[in-house]
Parts: sequence; structure tokens; C-alpha cells
Amino acid sequence: MKALILVGGFGTRLRPLTLTVPKPLVDFANKPMILHQIEALVQAGVTDIVLAVNYKPEVMVAVLKKYEEKFGITITFSVEEVPLGTAGPLALARDILGKDDSPFFVLNADVTCEYPFEKMRDFHLSHGGEGTILATTVDEPSNYGVVVVHPNTTMIDRFVEKPVEYVGNRINAGIYIFSPSILNRIELRPTSIEKEIFPRIAKDRLLHTFDLEGYWMDVGQPKDFLTGTSLYLSSLAKRKPEMLVPASVDFVNGGNVLVHPTAKIGKGCKIGPNVTIGANAIVGDGVCLQRCVLMDGTHIKDHAWVKNSIVGWHSSVGRWARLDGITVLGDDVHIADEIYVNGASVLPHKSISANVCEPGIVM
Amino acid sequence: MAAEGHKEKDINALPLLLICFFLAPLFLPIFSSQSLQRPISHSQHISQAMNKAVILVGGPSRATRFRPLSMHLPQPLFPVGGKPIIWHQIKALSEVRDLKEIILIGFFEDFIFRPFLGKCQEEFPTITFKYLREYSQLGTAGGFFHFRDQIMRGAPKNIFMLYTDICCSFPLSELLAQHERHGRLGTIMVTKVERSSAHLYGCVVVDKETKLAAHYVEKPETYVSDMASTGVFVFDQDIFRFMAQVMDKRADEFEHQRANESAYGRFEENDEDHDVNRLRLEQDVLRQMAADKKLSAYLCTGFWRQIKSAASAVPANALYLQKALADGDSSITATSANGPEITGAVFIHPSAQVHPTARIGPNVSIHARVVVGPGVRINDSIVLDNVHVKDNAAVLHAIVGWDSRIGMWGRVEGTRVTSPDDIDEVTHSGVKLNSICILGEDVQVKDEVFIRNSIVLPHKDLAGNKHNEIIM
Repeated sequence: MKALILVGGFGTRLRPLTLTVPKPLVDFANKPMILHQIEALVQAGVTDIVLAVNYKPEVMVAVLKKYEEKFGITITFSVEEVPLGTAGPLALARDILGKDDSPFFVLNADVTCEYPFEKMRDFHLSHGGEGTILATTVDEPSNYGVVVVHPNTTMIDRFVEKPVEYVGNRINAGIYIFSPSILNRIELRPTSIEKEIFPRIAKDRLLHTFDLEGYWMDVGQPKDFLTGTSLYLSSLAKRKPEMLVPASVDFVNGGNVLVHPTAKIGKGCKIGPNVTIGANAIVGDGVCLQRCVLMDGTHIKDHAWVKNSIVGWHSSVGRWARLDGITVLGDDVHIADEIYVNGASVLPHKSISANVCEPGIVM
Repeated sequence: MAAEGHKEKDINALPLLLICFFLAPLFLPIFSSQSLQRPISHSQHISQAMNKAVILVGGPSRATRFRPLSMHLPQPLFPVGGKPIIWHQIKALSEVRDLKEIILIGFFEDFIFRPFLGKCQEEFPTITFKYLREYSQLGTAGGFFHFRDQIMRGAPKNIFMLYTDICCSFPLSELLAQHERHGRLGTIMVTKVERSSAHLYGCVVVDKETKLAAHYVEKPETYVSDMASTGVFVFDQDIFRFMAQVMDKRADEFEHQRANESAYGRFEENDEDHDVNRLRLEQDVLRQMAADKKLSAYLCTGFWRQIKSAASAVPANALYLQKALADGDSSITATSANGPEITGAVFIHPSAQVHPTARIGPNVSIHARVVVGPGVRINDSIVLDNVHVKDNAAVLHAIVGWDSRIGMWGRVEGTRVTSPDDIDEVTHSGVKLNSICILGEDVQVKDEVFIRNSIVLPHKDLAGNKHNEIIM
């Protein structure tokens, strides 16, 4: 089987992290975001993966080559000279996606969920239509594309993009499976799959919806990245609890704590809930961490308090410092002792030695 | 004696002689002059002068700017550098030659200062301490004038007057020396301030050669001088005669005004300025003294700042601690093997328990029975009696009131004071200004809670973060 991952461009919403590393390679729960998706696709029998990108960073090429070898699959970069929207990339990758009759997956690189690719494939083959869209339930649908089905069927009637009036609360989760025949509908030009392609397939009564079970999150910005991390950890607690630190360990508070084996934790700490700690990280004594992400090589010094924050690679947080309010520290950022940082986005290679009390960007 | 010539009488007379010899001292006081029996300094006839001091302590209604701390104890007794504010005045006075009595004048109830003055009596046994209570608002010099008979008892040559809302190195002996050298009616101690802040103070124009105060203006709107009155004065005993003259003159003017105004029926009964018994030191007395060339000015060496607002206690605390450190005073705590890490000037009461992994200082006072847990950071702060600070918490640029509790990873943080002027305003256009964070008495800050740039009134429980707020 084949798959297309819509990677897109520079990932500006996830800056300052994406100033150092391309978005698909940013670690999500101690593993590059794209690797989560690749592993799940490989599990479902995918052997060809195309990455639709606006630019091709060398570092990504190198990393993905390793994945190719590890999983014995083929990974291809489909580089858009001109941004082709959400449907155009399919046409650009036509040669791979349409090379045989088997269906192919399309997914948005920012989406995290339990990736039910096998179930989706089975369902798609069973109804014989042209496309199946994964749908998830949300509380506030007006920011999304709402899926409206024909009553008592899984067949999609229409989409309503960002509805003003309530029409339903199941939304397009950004993960699809298509039969190659869809490629006949798409031209090589900037095209929106939601606005131009789906309505036509729906009219032909060939578009179905599949309910996503479990959590769903678009982690393309820091606030949602943290929420997504928490959802992912809760899911891990149910599916693979052995990966998390057991509640019996003295520093664990409230569960959902993921610590890389090479990380070091000091005495008298209170860690959790919803914390991931990356490779070779050092956490000092008397540190309190909640709802935060520590990337590889970070150093949280004694008595610090970190909540709702992302600490970038090789950054350090000083003694008695306090981070809160969706603070994001880029690569190699150093927070001095006793400093309070509230909602600051700090660009790489900066030192902070005065309080940042109001959310803002520190260049 | 008659017994001398006769042998029989000699034997009888000797015991009588001896008895008379030994009993004689008992009868001497009746015959000797008083000046031989009393200590020399009480005499009017001996040339060495006796000095007294008056400290104006104000009253409960006056120190509203010292809230919320003044809700628990009067501003003059609030501790800075580990000791009550006026203790520093008293200590400095105790080092002045022949300073025999210190009189506190104020509006507080009598019992307020009794325990403190009792302790002072023990610490400074050669000085007499007294508290005199004013009952009506007589102005900054009015009380001083009202109690002139008591002040003049024993005929002091020089009388210091000090305000309580000041923090200073108090070079009082040097002040007295210059005063006596120049022989004028009074000497005002002045300090140099920034031109831009001069309008906040009483400004004195000083002749550099003669040290005469040429002119005195209270809080001038335009620039007059960058020498500010420090609230420390020394007067010759004739000051009361001068004040009486000023009051008489005012009474005359007042009557004159009354006579004129009543003709138009526009006279206002309770107008403060027209109260004949009110005497303001600055506007009424010093101004006149300067005009009459009776006022000298002495430039203060060392530090000076006002302590009018609660927040000012923290920089005052720092100044006094640094002075104690420089003087090698034993009250300053040093790093020890089993103790916490100490930086700079720090006072830790002997009954306080501070964990060895804590980091304290610079410029921190920790008072009696305080418990500081492991991994705590305290910087530029005053921690009052019986406060408990739990593990990993941080107290920075703050005052933590008596009996308060700060939970684990709690954070109480103000903004460091950099201005040498008193921190005047708490809010500006309705917005709380960044300043020292102040917790009143018995405030509980829960685990992990962050209180920043806020003022918390007593007996509050804080379970959520607060920034830039006044919490009632």
C-alpha cells in the first residue's frame, strides 16, 4: 500500500522549535512526529510513503533515509515548486500513488491520534467507494470542516466548512484513504481537497466516513502540542502502560510520565501529570514539572518549577526559576536562576536573566 | 573635745568619738550643698552640657501608607535590619556624648511603647526613656512645644529632634559638633538628592562657606535646592523661646485676620492653618529660623532614605544590614558548615531554623522562630516572626508577615526597589505598580502558588496565582 503525508512548509506556528528542526522531526513524546505516523502506516502494510513538502531540508532527507532502511520501505519527497494546496500534491505524486490498484492513505503531518489504519483500510474496501474520511467528535465544531452524512448511512452528504450555525459536531480529522481513481479528478494545480474534490465525490455518493475512536489533536502550535502530549500519554497508559514510569516511583505525581532511559532525575522531585523527558536530560533536586515537554539534552536545575511549557534541546532552566503559560524555549536557551517566564517564546541561543511576565516573543 | 585633759574622761570619750566619726556621713547631706551630692550632669552650674533627644513617633491614623504592616504594629516598631525602626535612632543617640534622656512624643496609646522602652532601658542603662502622649493634633512642632517643660527639666543644652520615618547612618556626634562650633539656634541635617526628586522633600538652600541655611521650602514645585531635610535636627535650649515668639506672632496675625474676615462673615472655624496651637516645624519654625539666620545645615555623611511606605522597609533593611556587616556587627550571620549558604548581609534570629540547603541573601532579615525548609531561596526580603517557608519555595523582594505560611514551590516575588526616594504610589491610574510584594499577618500561600507584585491584607488564604493586585 501507499501513503501521502502532507508535510507542507516551514511550520511557522511551531516556532521557535521549527527554527532549528523541520516540523516532522520535532520530537513528540520522545519520538519524531513523523515517525509516529510512519510506524503506524508500516504496521498497516504500507510500503511506499510520499512526503509532500514545500521545501526539502537536507536533515530530513538524512533521517528519512534511515527509516527507509529500518523498515524496508520506500520514502519519496514530492517537492512542490508552487504550493499546490491540499489536493494538488496528490496529482504531483500520481506516479507512486497510482502505480497499482491498492488504495492509498493521505494524512496531515500535524495530526496525532491512534491511527486506525488497518480498520480504515478494511472498511474502505468493504464499501467499495472512492474515498473514506476519518471523522472525530469535537465540542466546538465551528473552527473545523463539519461532515454531514445521509441519515443512517456512512455516506457523506456534504461538508460545511467552519459552520456559523450548528450542523453537527463530527469533523474532518485530516486522515483519508482513497482509491487511485480519485487521481482522475485532480489536476496539477493549487487545489483544495475539501472545497473542490470532496463535494464532487460526495455528489457521486462515493465518499464515506469512518468514526475515529480515541483522542485526536492537531499539534501544529505549542498550546495544542502540550494538549496532544497529554492525550497521547493517557492513551499510552491504557495501551502500553509499561512505557510510562510506574506510579510507585517516588517522583511520579498523577501519572502520565514518560522518561527516556538515559535521563537523570534528582531527589525530592514532583513530576507529572503529563510530562515527557527526553534523552540525556538532567532534572535536579526538588524540581516540580507538570504538563511539560523536555527535549533531549535539557537541564532543569534544582528547585525549579515548570508547567505548561516546552523546553527545547540543550536548554537549561535555572535554580528556583518558574516557567508557565505556554512558554516555549528554542534550542540552546538558558534561563537564569530565580527567573519567572510566563508565556514567552524564546528564540534559539538566548539567555534570559530578567523576568518575562507577559506573553511575548524574545528575540 | 572636753574629754582631752582628764584621764577618766578619755576612756569614755573615745567610743563617742568613733561613733561620731562613723555616723558623721549620715548627717552630711543636711549640711552640704546640693551640687556636691547630685551627679554632675544635672547641675546648671557645671560647664559640661547635658543633651536630650525627642523622637516624633506620630500615631495610628498617620501611618496609613505603612499598611498592611501597620495593622499589626506601629510603624516605628517595625523591624528593619533586624531591629525596630526607632531602635536605630536610639542606638545612634546612645553614642552621643552626655545624651541622658530620650523622649518619644506621639498619638499612640501609652501601652504601645512600654515593652519596647523597657527593653531599651535595659540595653541603654545610662539613658532615661519616656513616652509622652499628645491628645490633640498640634503639628510637627506643636507637640514638642507643648511638652517643653518636661523636655527642659534638668536644663539640657542641646536637644535633638528626629522623625521616625527615616533610615539613616545617623552621624549625630558630627552633627552636634558642627552645631556647637557654629553656635546657632539650630542645625538641620540635610542630604543631597536628585534634582528631579527634590520636589518631594523639604529643600534647604545652604551657604557652603558659613553652613547657614539661607532658605527653607517644603516640597517646592520649582527647583530650589538639591539639599533635602533629613528629619534630623538639633536645637539649642533657646528653641522654645523662639517657638513661643513664632506662636505669638501667628496669634496676632490670626486675630488680625479674624477681625478682618468676620467683617465679611467668611470666617471658617476649624481651618487647620488658623489653629493657634498648631505649630508646623517646617513651615512655621524652620522657615523663620532660616530667615533670621539662626539655622545651620549639616550635610549628612552616609546613607539616608525615607521609610514612609511599607515597601520602603525593604531597602531600609538592606541599608542597615550592609552597615552592620561593614561594622563587623555580631548580629550578621555568616556561612557556617551546618548552616545555609549565605550571600552578603543577612540577619537570622538565633531561634530561627534554616535548612542547610537553603540559599539566603543578600539583604535578608529572618526573625524569631521562622522555619525555612530545604532548597528555599530568600533574597532582599524581610521574613517576620514565626513564618514557615516550605521546600523549594522562593521569597524575592518581599515582606512576609508574622505567622504566614508559604507552601512547597510557592513563590512570593516583588520588584527590586532601585529608586532612592520613598515608594510613594501603590497604583497609578488604577493600575497596580510593580513594587515590593507584601504579605500581611497570617497569610497562607498554598503549594506552587505564585504571588507577584501584590499586597495581601492579613488573614488571607491564597490558592491561586496573583499578579499586581491588592488583595483584601
